[in-house]
Amino acid sequence: MSDEMASTAITLPSASDPTRRASGLGRVGSFLRGSEENAWRWSARVASLIPLVGLAFVLTVLAIKAWPAIRVNGFGFLSRSTWNPGSTYAAPVKTSGVLHPVGSSYGAWPLIAGTLQTSVIALIVALPISLGTAFALTEHLPRWLSRPISFFVEILAGIPSVIIGLWGVLTLGPFLAKHVYPFISNNIPNVPFLRYFKGNVGYGEGLLTSGLVLGLMIVPIIASTARDLFMQVPPLPKEGAEALGMTEAEVARRVTIPWVRSGLIGATVLGLGRALGETIAVAMISGSILGAVSPNVYGTMTTIAATIVSQLDSAATDGTGFAIATLAEAGLVLAVISVVVNVIARGIVNRTSKHLAPVGKS
Amino acid sequence: MAALIFVIGPSIWLIADVVIRALPHWQWSVLTTVPVGVGGGLENAILGTLVIMVGVLLIAGTVGILTGIHFAELQRLRRSGKAGGNFLRTATEVLAGFPSIVLGYVGYIALCVGLHWGFSLLPALIVLSIMVTPYIAKSTESALRQVPTNYREGAEALGMATGYALRKVVIKSALPGIVTGLLIALAIAVGETAPLLYTAGITNNLPSLSLIHQPIAYLTYYVWTDYNQPILATRYLSYDAALILIALVLVLLVSSRLLVNRTQRYSEGRR
Repeated sequence: MSDEMASTAITLPSASDPTRRASGLGRVGSFLRGSEENAWRWSARVASLIPLVGLAFVLTVLAIKAWPAIRVNGFGFLSRSTWNPGSTYAAPVKTSGVLHPVGSSYGAWPLIAGTLQTSVIALIVALPISLGTAFALTEHLPRWLSRPISFFVEILAGIPSVIIGLWGVLTLGPFLAKHVYPFISNNIPNVPFLRYFKGNVGYGEGLLTSGLVLGLMIVPIIASTARDLFMQVPPLPKEGAEALGMTEAEVARRVTIPWVRSGLIGATVLGLGRALGETIAVAMISGSILGAVSPNVYGTMTTIAATIVSQLDSAATDGTGFAIATLAEAGLVLAVISVVVNVIARGIVNRTSKHLAPVGKS
Repeated sequence: MAALIFVIGPSIWLIADVVIRALPHWQWSVLTTVPVGVGGGLENAILGTLVIMVGVLLIAGTVGILTGIHFAELQRLRRSGKAGGNFLRTATEVLAGFPSIVLGYVGYIALCVGLHWGFSLLPALIVLSIMVTPYIAKSTESALRQVPTNYREGAEALGMATGYALRKVVIKSALPGIVTGLLIALAIAVGETAPLLYTAGITNNLPSLSLIHQPIAYLTYYVWTDYNQPILATRYLSYDAALILIALVLVLLVSSRLLVNRTQRYSEGRR
């Protein structure tokens, strides 16, 4: 028996050489195998740097392009409410060494206010819907119900935002303006705080409709993150609560949600980040006016992203390039807000998720 | 629960609305003619969108998959064993939520104007790829993480090098998840307007194969520009473009779903 074992021990290929294979090409094979590993490592390393390089490139170009406008517009840019390209017929003047048309004065306050207002409305609308959807997806619903539900959430995530904007401005807006808004506007008491909801409802283009549609668009993000979080809640506390006599709603409210509370905050902030950057749907539904904050919840307004997309063409007619630089400044404000919000959100979500093992589950 | 009505209802309303608007005036010639005068067809836009889709698949697919591989497999582990929270990954995830118009603006300033490429295919591809790569990287990474450790350990026990094991074992088993991520990212890229408005321009011609100096058409432009034109024929063009877009996106999403269902049937550890 020991002879057998000794003979088999000699004829086995050496297991210590990690690049040998029983039927390989010998030395060429092992060289190729080794360099394949290096090829993978290095190409993966280079590839993973590309998003970072892209992000840095974008922020740098924005900052460089916006610098002349920052020098002239100053800090008042964030609080002024005008949008005056100035007179393009007169000769341009120089302020702080920057050439710009006479009388040009830009203020981004309506843009910033519009962005924040629509995002807040979107969050208020999206949060209950997303949480409800996430709960529905994590309970043991029958197969024929849970599959379509998650498919619809996926569809909602994948539908192009132009089409959602198209639906919002052509169908949903007029529908709400004819049937829902007058009801609200006529029946709200004339109290100082609620007076914001009274006003001429127009045709549906405006703040409230934009906020509603934006909320619909961020539901998939919050819902899928919330669903992943809810699945991580261990069943024992939930079953214990149910054994103590709590109803399903109470279990959800008192056990599940507090368990993943900071993760939910992270998911909400993620949705907020998406809502801040949404361009096309809001540009179509908001009316894209310049220079004024909406006086009530139905009025038209604009956001930073919507302004950039609608004003870039006419900004190119400003020969001094100052209008384009101002748009770059507005874009820089939006980019910085978006990066900060996303970093905070990812930090919160990552901190509360499970500590992942380095490779897959065993 | 009631929340589901607010998800399913608007989705169905949305799709039904586009179909109702587009279908009564649909002509099959829309697929085979280019825009002529105020009406015409959308052949240039359909082909343009497909060309952009293939280009994004090539560029963002390569970069995204390699990035996902880097995050999931080849990164040196930190001492605590925690997978998240390093600089590269944060940058990639931040890019996922970035406003698309700002990317389009930068593409316009730096590539179309700065490098004098004009409205053309390459700036559009670059900007769209930057936008879509984080999604592909994320889904590739999670697909790779789902491959059981046993496979990797078995491969190493058999004496395979890391790169070889990756190619023959790990990626093969993660392939459905990777392809699903690619399909979803393509659906996102197809539906984007803002980055393309100022990098790809618009043209009535069919897409040529030149990468720069030659603008290219895409479907979302027509939806964005023509929905409130006073002439009915142009508005119908916009609705038709919306219909084709929805059909394209649904095809991509449904096939990714079918792929997931089919592979769950054969994989271990299915629920």
